[in-house]
Amino acid sequence: MGIETEYGVLAPGRPAANPMLLSSQVVTTYRALVARAGARPAARWDYDDEDPLADARGFHLRRASAHPSMLTDDPAVPAPAGPVQATAPGPSQVARPDVDEADDPSAANCILTNGARLYVDHAHPEYSSPEVTGPRDAVLWDVAGERVMLAATRSLTGSPIGPDVVLYKNNVDGKGASYGTHENYLVDRALPFAVLAALVTPFLVTRQVFAGSGRVGLGPTGDRPGFQLTQRADYIEAEIGLETTLRRPIVNTRDEPHADRDRWRRLHLILGDANLFEVATYLKLGTTSLVLWVLEHLDELAEAGVPARDELAALRLADPVGDVRRVSRDIDLVGKLELADGRTLTALQVQEAYTDVVARALAAIGPRRDDDAETYVVLDRWRSLLERLGTDPESCAREVEWVAKRRLLEGLRRRDGIDWDHPRLHALDLQWTDVRPERSIYHRLLASGAVERLVDEDAVADAVHHPPTDTRAYFRGEVMARYPDQVSAASWDSVIFDVPGAAALQRVPMLDPLRGTRAHIGSLLEASHDAAALLKGLRGDRSA
Amino acid sequence: MAGQERINPQNEDRTPDDDVDPPAPAAPAAQDRDADVDALLDEIDDVLESNAEQFVRGFVQKGGE
Repeated sequence: MGIETEYGVLAPGRPAANPMLLSSQVVTTYRALVARAGARPAARWDYDDEDPLADARGFHLRRASAHPSMLTDDPAVPAPAGPVQATAPGPSQVARPDVDEADDPSAANCILTNGARLYVDHAHPEYSSPEVTGPRDAVLWDVAGERVMLAATRSLTGSPIGPDVVLYKNNVDGKGASYGTHENYLVDRALPFAVLAALVTPFLVTRQVFAGSGRVGLGPTGDRPGFQLTQRADYIEAEIGLETTLRRPIVNTRDEPHADRDRWRRLHLILGDANLFEVATYLKLGTTSLVLWVLEHLDELAEAGVPARDELAALRLADPVGDVRRVSRDIDLVGKLELADGRTLTALQVQEAYTDVVARALAAIGPRRDDDAETYVVLDRWRSLLERLGTDPESCAREVEWVAKRRLLEGLRRRDGIDWDHPRLHALDLQWTDVRPERSIYHRLLASGAVERLVDEDAVADAVHHPPTDTRAYFRGEVMARYPDQVSAASWDSVIFDVPGAAALQRVPMLDPLRGTRAHIGSLLEASHDAAALLKGLRGDRSA
Repeated sequence: MAGQERINPQNEDRTPDDDVDPPAPAAPAAQDRDADVDALLDEIDDVLESNAEQFVRGFVQKGGE
């Protein structure tokens, strides 16, 4: 699993500054910050396996039919911003280019030694976390991304020639623009996509109750005063679809697995909020993963006496797209959603139905509590939060971001006698997400002990520079750290080496996200003083 | 984590410290809560933009994703 986060970008006092250029400066500044003196030009992104128009429902969108903002796989023609709503083989040889490809600022890219990718997506700097195997690691490398953005901001501000740039980990500007925080989950391809989409949708629509980060303003342009649970609800317009920049869907169908497509798909979810609260990120990734695990085991569960398929199918919502907004606006968590079979349930009750299925599924065929502690921590926390949200939401203020934000906003309204349309409340919402601790409301709460943390700052500092050890991100990050001058390009599922004296570039595919780990190649990396030795070792041992 | 570790379930690098403790929240009494919030508001007052209206108006982004 992993998280991609586009950050809001602002040049204080310079409203006309070009956001693509600012984003590019964020990326190139960070790249310069971490580059060794005398290093070769930065490794480029390898777009060979990217296919943003492949649809999981089994067809392929023609390039000419796609909105220009969907064409994200051609670095020569960077994809423009979307419309704003007014309302397993071994190394292979690759020909060496005669000249280095032009370093287009709008295609600025940096492959980090922690296995992440920092680049410009449309008009925002984006941090795509390395692949991780559990929600705690997802939190760790997501927070590491906040510190990467902070380092870039500090470096630009400290530079006499760079612009002052401030970055925000949010998803809306309150004027109609929205930018994404996307989650990715590796899912067994044996699970038919239609089943996956149908059975996960009621869960996704209702998980906002614990995953939302809160937003001041209602409607895409925020023109109606009020507070809602999530940043993104007003920008979700379809139940299922390929687009991410327009007609945004609850379940995205981009079929670009970045892995062996016979074995896996990558479920790409675009409806979630950027979260600063670690518990929110932890539970969002953890609970979604648990639901997907159930969906991957429907047949096995049926045989074991857990009719998960039928029980989850019965939760089908009559109007899922409308319900995304309904749940987001239901700040007292009492509104009833109409199900396709005519029943009505609250969002909390839908979530409780999912926890019930997951708990019985784990008891029937899952790992035991002693063998997989993290899975059960997720389940226990999920149930605990749902129960407390139902009886005393304020008791969740240390864990649920929208609850904490709303509590502060209500306090401000009470103390200062202001209403929901007051700019002070909007300002608090925006400043909540400033990456600079001294300017961030979130960091003030953190310093006051008002927010629960799941990872400590030493571990975060380590994760800024080092990859997770149990996925292929380990290989990507380690080769960037060890042989930066000999990596020509990399992507999620490949690294291309440029070994001095070799006739051609050497491409190492990494189609299995769970290989290239420290357990697989740690000792080979230790023994390889350069990329040539590493490649020789890989050829001798195809298992890496 | 069930669902993401099907090939490599041992999690051999983990120690018990790596895992997150179960929640143990203590709900404060209701009257304490307003006081808590007021204390937090005092904490953030000097962070909040003094010209909120101008700041909010100037926060303009392009669409993304």
